[in-house]
Amino acid sequence: MHTSTLSELARALEAGETTSEALTRETLERIRAHDGRYNSFITVAEERALEQARAADQARTEGRAGPLTGIPFAHKDIFCTEDLLTTCGSRMLENFAPPYNSTVAQKLDDAGAVCVGKANMDEFAMGSSNETSYFGPVTNPWGDGLVPGGSSGGSAAAVAARLVPAATATDTGGSIRQPAALCGLTGLKPTYGRISRYGIIAFASSLDQAGTLTRDARDAALMLNTMAGFDPKDSTSLDREVPDYCASLDNDLSGLRIGLPKEYFSDELSPEMAEQVRNAVREYENLGATVKEISLPHSHLAVAAYYVIAPAEASANLSRFDGVRYGHRCENPQDLNDLYLRSRSEGFGEEVKRRILVGTYALSAGFFDAYYLKAQKVRRLIQQDFTDAFNEVDLIMGPTSPSPAFAQGDKTDDPINMYLEDVFTIASNLAGLPAMSIPGGMVNNLPVGLQIIGNYFDEARMLNAAHRFQQVTDWHQQVAPNGV
Amino acid sequence: MQWETVIGLEVHVQLATQSKIFSGASTAFGAEPNAQASAVDLAMPGMLPVLNEGAVRMAVQFGLAVNANIAHRSVFDRKNYFYADLPKGYQISQMYHPIVGKGEVSVNLSDGSERTIGIEHAHLEEDAGKSLHEDFQGQSGIDLNRAGTPLLEIVSEPDMRSAEEAAAYLRKIHAIVTYLGISDGDMSQGSMRCDCNVSVRPKGQTEFGTRSEIKNVNSFRFVEKAINTEVERQIELIEDGGEVQQETRLYDADRDETRSMRTKEFANDYRYFPDPDLLPVEIDDTYINAIRDGLPELPDAKQARFVTEYGLNADEAAPLVQSQALADYFEQVARGSGDARQAANWIMGELARLMNQNEVEIQDCPVNAGDLATLILRVQDGTISGKLAKQVFEALWNGEGSPDDIIEQQGLKQVSDSGEIEALVDQVLADNQAMVDDYLSEEVAKKQKKKFNALVGQVMKASQGKANPAQVNDILQQKLTSSD
Repeated sequence: MHTSTLSELARALEAGETTSEALTRETLERIRAHDGRYNSFITVAEERALEQARAADQARTEGRAGPLTGIPFAHKDIFCTEDLLTTCGSRMLENFAPPYNSTVAQKLDDAGAVCVGKANMDEFAMGSSNETSYFGPVTNPWGDGLVPGGSSGGSAAAVAARLVPAATATDTGGSIRQPAALCGLTGLKPTYGRISRYGIIAFASSLDQAGTLTRDARDAALMLNTMAGFDPKDSTSLDREVPDYCASLDNDLSGLRIGLPKEYFSDELSPEMAEQVRNAVREYENLGATVKEISLPHSHLAVAAYYVIAPAEASANLSRFDGVRYGHRCENPQDLNDLYLRSRSEGFGEEVKRRILVGTYALSAGFFDAYYLKAQKVRRLIQQDFTDAFNEVDLIMGPTSPSPAFAQGDKTDDPINMYLEDVFTIASNLAGLPAMSIPGGMVNNLPVGLQIIGNYFDEARMLNAAHRFQQVTDWHQQVAPNGV
Repeated sequence: MQWETVIGLEVHVQLATQSKIFSGASTAFGAEPNAQASAVDLAMPGMLPVLNEGAVRMAVQFGLAVNANIAHRSVFDRKNYFYADLPKGYQISQMYHPIVGKGEVSVNLSDGSERTIGIEHAHLEEDAGKSLHEDFQGQSGIDLNRAGTPLLEIVSEPDMRSAEEAAAYLRKIHAIVTYLGISDGDMSQGSMRCDCNVSVRPKGQTEFGTRSEIKNVNSFRFVEKAINTEVERQIELIEDGGEVQQETRLYDADRDETRSMRTKEFANDYRYFPDPDLLPVEIDDTYINAIRDGLPELPDAKQARFVTEYGLNADEAAPLVQSQALADYFEQVARGSGDARQAANWIMGELARLMNQNEVEIQDCPVNAGDLATLILRVQDGTISGKLAKQVFEALWNGEGSPDDIIEQQGLKQVSDSGEIEALVDQVLADNQAMVDDYLSEEVAKKQKKKFNALVGQVMKASQGKANPAQVNDILQQKLTSSD
């Protein structure tokens, strides 16, 4: 069953061809057998998962089953799950089991989905290769020694390896889409505010957005149907009706206007990557869409603005990890200062410390205007670029990442080069726009992501476009050679 | 040299909302430590603030009461610093766009003059928790019950020129917030706290001297004392050739001195930036006008009404409107007795004396307004003399019963029976022949009147104060005239 998509599993459960308990047992066995190779899980919740599976089967016999009831899946370890370790990939939270569920976890629980474990990730979601995790790097099923992308690398590897049909993830600057691209998956980051951030450990609050990593667009639509919606516990979630994202998947694409930003096809992108993306876009023309070149003139400022705003917010968001109430506490603190200093020095890894320092600097007296306020101005210019573009086109397409999966260790000594992994994905976070990555080609036998950026709350149109593409292509069905 | 004092106050008022400003936890005082701290107050990972609308409403009420501009858009910022009782590592406050803009209040001074004090702005913020240093050997306890309690910080212009003005301003703020019912104003429990910015300058100089800030002064009396002490210290320092340091100082009431807490070099860089977890607070004129329509009568308006409605002069009315409870009490007594001036005299005389002596507030005063009104009526209708009324009042204070019961039980009823009084007069005349002769032989009218009054006094004494003085006068006059 492990080769099935989420929708196929849902059908099999509905038809009584299998049970959630059987699926869950198989999933747990496969994780035990194979995850040593990927390290995609930090915590596997065997007992809890089997309990949920039995409850799901019971619900089904009582006629209370929905599309996700009984489906095994993984949570990125950034989503708080009640009484289940939630580490955020950090030593700081190595032993932290929250007494509450994130809204996303609660909604998936309520839908009867079965959480088999918590997926590995870059520490506090800071990284683009899943090499900053305290719990070790994740290996991409597309090749030993290759990174799966980050920060949702564990979620991506687990789905690519067919350990689970779907995983939750978060995207602050590309953390869903870039791993989706590098692992040959469908990754969806909805509009900022579409999914509640309550109970998701914050990295950069104005940019963080939860989403999904799945095999195809239909599965993403199924997940989004459950995860989306207004939450009174998150002031930045939006009170807007949630459509049935599955209902419009098959809509005709004729007349769809697609824009290709010329800035996304510049020197950062190799000719082979560019060719794959252009080929994918050609499929859309075959499906009846019109394609034109557009300009997002401030694109080149996105990475710089992001690496001011995200660390600035993170520097404050991570202040709560102080060794006082929960999380890592140093041995024998001499006084309060010592407690802070050593708990945080020991609890946080290098990349997290780097960003706290950068963010603290950017907010400091004398630098605030030059960095933080300037970055906010750039952010508004980038938003305006998109607003102008969406007057002309319905969807924007381009590459997700500058290159396919790269080797572990390649960029760890060069943070700037690592940050450029997100050069194409960051702008939509700054603008708060929905964006996704779908498999759109191959370079050197490695998957290439096609990025689709939509207008605010236009997830249905994006999923529709992704689904129609997946009906006429098979990039999304390519199986990672190490995936079994 | 002649010195001028310049004072500005920052008053923190705890708002009387049922729940905290960003969480649903109760704000009630006196619970077991940490019993009223929710996951949000504890800054657990992934927790998000949700603004309590009640706090916004109260801030707007205050703004309207001091004729301030109400910001249609205000923004919460993060004020970053580490302390054990500040769980998030930042306090949510309003640095750049406060909800209440410039306003003013007028205060009455003891010399009968009136001064207008400007309010620079007022902003909403959350309170921190408490560090408990007793009962923990070599460690500190942290109580987060207070963390997240809504505060309105009211920042005055540097408009005050004496400690008396500062105290009068503070009393006025206290009166306004308690009239509005937006705070209990209890300084002893920290519901109202005051930081005093104090500087001195040679009289006539326009630029300000260097100021020090005296933190957390917690009573009206201490505000006056702390400022006077600090002014003396600064003048002495300058006259001895020294310089005032910009620093934070603490007032020690036991020693009546201020002490340095930290100097400017050690001041925190709070790295304020807009809190991305909260949306800007947008309020429109409809909202503001609805609040304006619901405002109660405020101290200034009440004082003016007491002058027109009850015929008091402004000096009599001013102390009566210091608190809503006292003003209500006065109105009950004035209406019940039909004699507003007597009501005012009793309240500001005997009642104020006993309240001061016993350190009781009007809310806990053992003499209810109805009884005081009855007492005034009994003087009016001649049941008791004005002098004995004070005795009845003390008995009322001591809870010995109703006015009529006390008069009855203690036999204080005024003797108005002319036969009885005549007998008393005859007795006194017979016993004091010398005084009578003295009176009759006196030729200077003024001196004669004095001697007559001495005889009245003898009769009153013989009646144990109960004889009706008017009748005593009349009968004595008759007797002395007829004996000519």
